[in-house]
Amino acid sequence: MTSSLSITSPETAHRPRLSWRTVLPYGFAAAVVGYAIAVGGYPATVVGFALIYAVFVIGLNLFMGFANQVSFGQNAFAAIGGYTSAVLTATYEWTPLPAMGVGMAAALVIAGLIGWPTLRLKGHYLAMGTLAIGLIVQEITVEWTSVTQGYMGLSGIPPMGAFGFEITSDRGQLIMLASVVAAATFLSARLKRSRMGRALSAVAGSEEAARALGIAVARYKLLAFLLSAALASLAGSLFVHVVGFVSPEVFGLHMVILTFTMLYVGGIGTIAGPVVGALIISLLPETFRGFKEYQDLAYGAALILMLIYAPKGLSALFSHRRRP
Amino acid sequence: MSVVHALPDATSGTAPVLEARALAARYGHVEALHPIDLHVAEGELVAVLGPNGAGKSTLLRAILGLVSNSGTVSLRGTPLPRQNPVAVASRGVVLVPEGRGIFGPMSVAENLELGAYRLRDRAEFARRRERVMTLFPRLKERLTQVAGSMSGGEQQMLAIGRALMAGPQVLLLDEPSLGLAPRVTEEILATLGTLNGEGLSIILVEQKAPLALELANRAYLLSVGRIVATLDPREITSYDELAQHYFA
Repeated sequence: MTSSLSITSPETAHRPRLSWRTVLPYGFAAAVVGYAIAVGGYPATVVGFALIYAVFVIGLNLFMGFANQVSFGQNAFAAIGGYTSAVLTATYEWTPLPAMGVGMAAALVIAGLIGWPTLRLKGHYLAMGTLAIGLIVQEITVEWTSVTQGYMGLSGIPPMGAFGFEITSDRGQLIMLASVVAAATFLSARLKRSRMGRALSAVAGSEEAARALGIAVARYKLLAFLLSAALASLAGSLFVHVVGFVSPEVFGLHMVILTFTMLYVGGIGTIAGPVVGALIISLLPETFRGFKEYQDLAYGAALILMLIYAPKGLSALFSHRRRP
Repeated sequence: MSVVHALPDATSGTAPVLEARALAARYGHVEALHPIDLHVAEGELVAVLGPNGAGKSTLLRAILGLVSNSGTVSLRGTPLPRQNPVAVASRGVVLVPEGRGIFGPMSVAENLELGAYRLRDRAEFARRRERVMTLFPRLKERLTQVAGSMSGGEQQMLAIGRALMAGPQVLLLDEPSLGLAPRVTEEILATLGTLNGEGLSIILVEQKAPLALELANRAYLLSVGRIVATLDPREITSYDELAQHYFA
């Protein structure tokens, strides 16, 4: 997977040498994706979902990791993106890319409307506000049956594609998803090293100190929130095109809990963390399938062990420095 | 000790660097700072003294607009925007907050870089950084070190260095001696004296009054949210009267 390997360059560009430690998380991701492409079938499905979650978690990481804010409501933007894609392509027979663009625009508008007032709130007020957004959008997807079909769900969503091509094979979808994840990882690495990235680190460190240095805290928080919403919306659109079906549960509270786990297990605030976390958390239950009824127990025990031995996340184990 | 209410400024006639008129601040319904007048003349080091809870930190936060405030603050005669710390800071009113507020997980170099966040001129950036390195040689040795792993004194040096990177017109310091060993405190205050000697206007909030009065051109004594006295450090021979304000 050359596309996965190339994403290490921006992170290592500022370091004197390219050590195995920095490459390892990406090597792991490339190996897993490569294996799934080679084998196809069920593993390909599991890894495909993991990559869609990775897109979402990369966005979550911008807001929660880089800017040190909390949002329980990013699933709302996945739902907006996903449902917009689903409705426009399945009901109105649009092609996927324009539908995805409209979904993302809608997610950005809603995120802007919500972020403008709530990002002035601090700490748990912001968290509560975002939780409410998640629940409201969830409720709309259930109740607005004339458009969303409620719990029945929307089916007949075409696969992702453009210019007359459709990506229908497992392998094709995996390559497409891996490319999107690689691009998103690359962008988040570039962002972290940018002027905006430094400003976000300052906001994460101390909002008041950042403000006293003339850093426009509210503006950068809003920007991070918007970027995060855009990636969530993209993940939602990818999901509906890969599965071909969408219902309200897809973007429910379960998604919030799962993606938080991915973010913390992978390493919040790191570049490789979201991808590593999404893959590990998706694969973990599968590896414990042989435990039968003890599967959940093993999964839970594995999570606890990881949080004890890698409290800053798995990818932080491999970084040279503490996470900024 | 004589309490002087209107000391002549060295530069009387020109507008002070920083002037607050009827500046008050409140936390919710509680007025923590009652309307006060205060000014800093060009090149002056003004100390703000007072016991715990007198409103010293609140005064600095009110100047920046970090708390809900009323009244006016002017920089060289131009009123500063209210409730907008970002705009105030970018005009050169720079605060070294209580507890230092350094970015712990970042390196010393990155912290300094963030101080000059508004600056896009690379040459000026290099010049300011060089000056900070000269003032605090210990920071130079530790540029790549994670800031949070340094000693309290070094962190305070970094906090001041970071503020200097912002190119302050007036520097506000909130208890730079907090939690530091006496020798380190002296070293840091001596550096402030050097900066002031080079012409930088400074407001120094300090609980350790004797140390602050050694440096200050003038001092305000704050008690329960009001300025109760303006002092001329040269005329203070005993601290008895000063102590009375502390324990009043």
